[in-house]
Amino acid sequence: MKPAPFAYRRPGTIAEAVEALAGEPNAKVLAGGQSLVPLLSMRLAAPATLVDINGIPGLDTITVLPESENGGGVRVGALARHAAVLASDDVRRVQPLVPLALSHVAHATIRNRGTTVGSLVHADAAAEMPVVLSLLGGSVEVEGPAGRRTIPASELYVGPLESSLHHDEIAVSAFFPALAPGAGVAFEEIARRHGDYALVGAAALVDGAPGDGQSVKVGYLSVSDVPTVVDLSGVADDELGEAALAQLDPAEDIHASAAYRAQLVRVLTARVVRSARVFRQAQRPEEL
Amino acid sequence: MTTKLMGQKVQRVEDQRFLRGNGRYVDDVAVEGGTLHAAVLRSPHAHARILDIDVEAVLDLEGVHAVFTWDDLASCTPQMAEPLPLLIPHPALTHGRTQYALAKDEVNYVGEAIAFVVADDRYIAEDAVGRIRVDYEFLPPVVGIDAARAATSLVHDDVPGNIGARLEQNVGDAPAAIAQAPHRLELDLTVERSACMPMEGRGTVARWDPDLNRLQLWTSTQSSTGVRAAVAVKMGLDLGQVDVITPDVGGGFGVKINHPWPEELLVPMAAKALGRTVKFTEDRREHFISSAHERGQVQHIEVGFDDDGRLLGLDVEFWHDHGAYTPYGLIVPIITSTQLLGPYKPQNYKVVFESLYTNTVIVTPYRGAGRPQGCYAMERTMDAIAAYLGKDRAEVRAVNFIQPDEFPYDQGLIFQDGRELEYDSGDYPAMLEKTKALVGWDEFPAFKAEMAAQGRQVGIGLACYVEGTGVGPYEGAHVHIETSGKVKVATGLTTQGQGHATVFAQLVADELGVKFEDVEVVTGDTRRMPYAVGTFASRAAVMSGSAIHLAAKRAKEKALKIAAEALEADEKDLQIVDGVVSVKGSPGTSIDLGTVSVLSNPLRYAFDEASKAATQFSVGDPGKPPVPEDDEPGLEGKDFYSPERATFASGMHAVIVETDPETAEITILKYAVVHDCGHLINPMIVEGQIHGGVAQGVGGALYERMAYDESGQLLNASFMDFLMPYVTEVPDGIDIDHLETPSPLNPLGIKGAGEAGVIPSAAVFAAAIEDAEGTLHPGMGITAMPISPSELYALRQSHDGKNS
Repeated sequence: MKPAPFAYRRPGTIAEAVEALAGEPNAKVLAGGQSLVPLLSMRLAAPATLVDINGIPGLDTITVLPESENGGGVRVGALARHAAVLASDDVRRVQPLVPLALSHVAHATIRNRGTTVGSLVHADAAAEMPVVLSLLGGSVEVEGPAGRRTIPASELYVGPLESSLHHDEIAVSAFFPALAPGAGVAFEEIARRHGDYALVGAAALVDGAPGDGQSVKVGYLSVSDVPTVVDLSGVADDELGEAALAQLDPAEDIHASAAYRAQLVRVLTARVVRSARVFRQAQRPEEL
Repeated sequence: MTTKLMGQKVQRVEDQRFLRGNGRYVDDVAVEGGTLHAAVLRSPHAHARILDIDVEAVLDLEGVHAVFTWDDLASCTPQMAEPLPLLIPHPALTHGRTQYALAKDEVNYVGEAIAFVVADDRYIAEDAVGRIRVDYEFLPPVVGIDAARAATSLVHDDVPGNIGARLEQNVGDAPAAIAQAPHRLELDLTVERSACMPMEGRGTVARWDPDLNRLQLWTSTQSSTGVRAAVAVKMGLDLGQVDVITPDVGGGFGVKINHPWPEELLVPMAAKALGRTVKFTEDRREHFISSAHERGQVQHIEVGFDDDGRLLGLDVEFWHDHGAYTPYGLIVPIITSTQLLGPYKPQNYKVVFESLYTNTVIVTPYRGAGRPQGCYAMERTMDAIAAYLGKDRAEVRAVNFIQPDEFPYDQGLIFQDGRELEYDSGDYPAMLEKTKALVGWDEFPAFKAEMAAQGRQVGIGLACYVEGTGVGPYEGAHVHIETSGKVKVATGLTTQGQGHATVFAQLVADELGVKFEDVEVVTGDTRRMPYAVGTFASRAAVMSGSAIHLAAKRAKEKALKIAAEALEADEKDLQIVDGVVSVKGSPGTSIDLGTVSVLSNPLRYAFDEASKAATQFSVGDPGKPPVPEDDEPGLEGKDFYSPERATFASGMHAVIVETDPETAEITILKYAVVHDCGHLINPMIVEGQIHGGVAQGVGGALYERMAYDESGQLLNASFMDFLMPYVTEVPDGIDIDHLETPSPLNPLGIKGAGEAGVIPSAAVFAAAIEDAEGTLHPGMGITAMPISPSELYALRQSHDGKNS
């Protein structure tokens, strides 16, 4: 469990980091390292060069954007640790789904080092934050030799552990849209052990007054090989699970059969939609 | 008078060191520059013939010092190229096989050692391993008990049916008794593979000292004397040329009793050949695929009983998966077959097992060592009888108990140590009452109804076991009172975190009358105690504890004899308190034990204060030689303890679980343990053993398994996918009560406690889950453990499907 030899670069600017990546096709960015370092140690990954971005100043910021920018939200820098994002009152106020989901990300020690943006571009369909970004319609800003571009979540995840970033691009921040005034969110997952990857996880976003016109979307982790969001607007309460399953194809692994995952989709879909509606209601006591 | 420390919750002297990161494990030895590091090329295939090994690409790699394959072993000694020893042969093991230190011609499991690389550091060693090219001819792998029994392919060409051993034992005529019984049941049960997962894996460091012409070996083992003998023989050295030192060991749980591991021979071989210190530190993946597993069994049980649930005949047949080789003989299945009986009288008992080869990691004892499977078989049977008769599960158990006035009770079988399975003491009815009270057995139906009213389903389970502990043949101890008055104690068995330095010091302080802080205990160092067996079978407290007690007694006898002479008093009038020998009732007439130590040695160079103080005393008969014929210089005591047979501890566990009707998640609401290990030396340490055992049992019952695929690849060889419970998965509190029925077999009346906590887990959880599920899924039996929510859900689906 020792990594194969690799070169190590620690640039001081994003431009230098991009240059380092561009000069070596088999280079990887090291941010929090919570996924990458175990892969290196098990020799499941053997990049020729590691480009450590931890020395680049200004990447650890968490910024609230006003409504005038993209409708408002929070921008999380590439070096903002999960723990910092989870502890941010701004984030909690502007988009409460982020901390709801972050509290399920691994364990405290991993959250202290791991970065939210790193998790997003690692593109693990069993991870919480890619689903949250997808459900909320957020985006990731990346910088490459050609400059900066914004990748919407809907175009970010192309396959298992595969994002649409080019190899010489660095994700510099992620944008989570603010929770709309008439919306509610919820997150729940079932894992074998506390802090493990979920067997199935679900995040819900409901928007609008209760009734047929209410928008209901649920995102799932550990069900498909990419983060998947299903639109359940207009579906009757007792048909939510089956309606979701009509658009999902749960997989089997050593921890859960496909049939069991399907059962968890049923259970969790009903739970998160109910919770998101309760959340929404709690914000709008005047509707009662 | 000072208070006796036996039975006190004395704080562990080890903890400050361990908790502050000052433990010293094998990997902490030889950290200086110049130490070479080893890595092992392991088979990626479960079953293959080796056609060629090409190490060419390794030879020019900078930093590589040596690469060994089987072809190189004979250059050390001819015996190094022979198969590894079969540690515990048995007449029934007609087809025992062991592997070579490095594979010769064939590999039989993923992980089997093929080549051994020594380099400047482990990074380079692993790079080198990656460059070795091996040509394989693939052979069909045999994975799992069903495949082994089907025997369409063989693991070893010369082992027909993949059957390593078949052993049958009979007491009375079980088949006839069952045929005539008023009621009969049959059960088919399975238990899956799991494994010990010590935080510290295996590890070995060796240094050949040409000046001393001897080998020093540090290894993370449960038997330093065993490793010493094996290394000496394999390397062609005199026993006296080999020192084996076991430093702190970060957990054993059984896996480190098997020896010698290939690396325990390869490391010293390389160290001697290269003239350099060589270190091997196993990594986690290696621990999964190249140490040992346990537990995998398939069981078929037939039982006959009367209207009260009293056993009339019990006929058990089981198939034990022992993996690719049998270095540890038949210990595990023999224990299953004998300890299955627990606290019960079966009247007539027949047991037969087949021990089977598969192309998987070897199977050697893991905490509990076959008992969890035996307990599971018996307790599932008890539950089935109770369900069949509509009786309370505790009542059915009670009618089958051996009664307190029936001890010693001979079960009529031969136990793991080759001795009769004769229980020395116990009180099972009293224990059952305590257990019922502790868990709230009689109040449970009301609780269950209350929960059901809230739409929640809860269940209760009970499981009982008897554990043969403290098996022989012997342990020894050496107690030395230095002239400083400090007491140095050595025993040869090893320590893996049990707190031996605390409990053994308690025993010595009590017997010698010295301060607890003045006693220092060393274990597992062959330089200090060359005769020892090892730490397994819950034997350390019983065996070394008794030996230390006896050795301290001898040291005390000698101290009193010398002190009596020095003080011109009668030995009977002397007492030792806090290291000072004094005449009872006349505290002014006294002598320090350190001074007595000076007097015990006629060569009295006055190096220290005690030596100067000793000049005021006069001992010895001027008419005799300075050291009389029947005496030795020095204030020491040495003794050995060798019991006739094992002493039998017992216990009962009860658990209340909740199962989620929708998600099939299993939650532990209450866990209760009543335990009898005779007299307690340190209740806090016993309870710690129980806590750890229960946690490990929770893992074994609900989380852990070895997920092999059909080709023999282990799919979950990491802590990400092999699910050991975290503190969040273990019950917040474990309710513990003790019963103390002393053993008549040893001077302290003690029994072993190390493995107890893990024995009844599969049985007690299966029972509780079955009970919880009974309302919504009546008649659904839990017959396969461990069980995950996914499996419980599948069981519900297939059960409800069948019954709809």
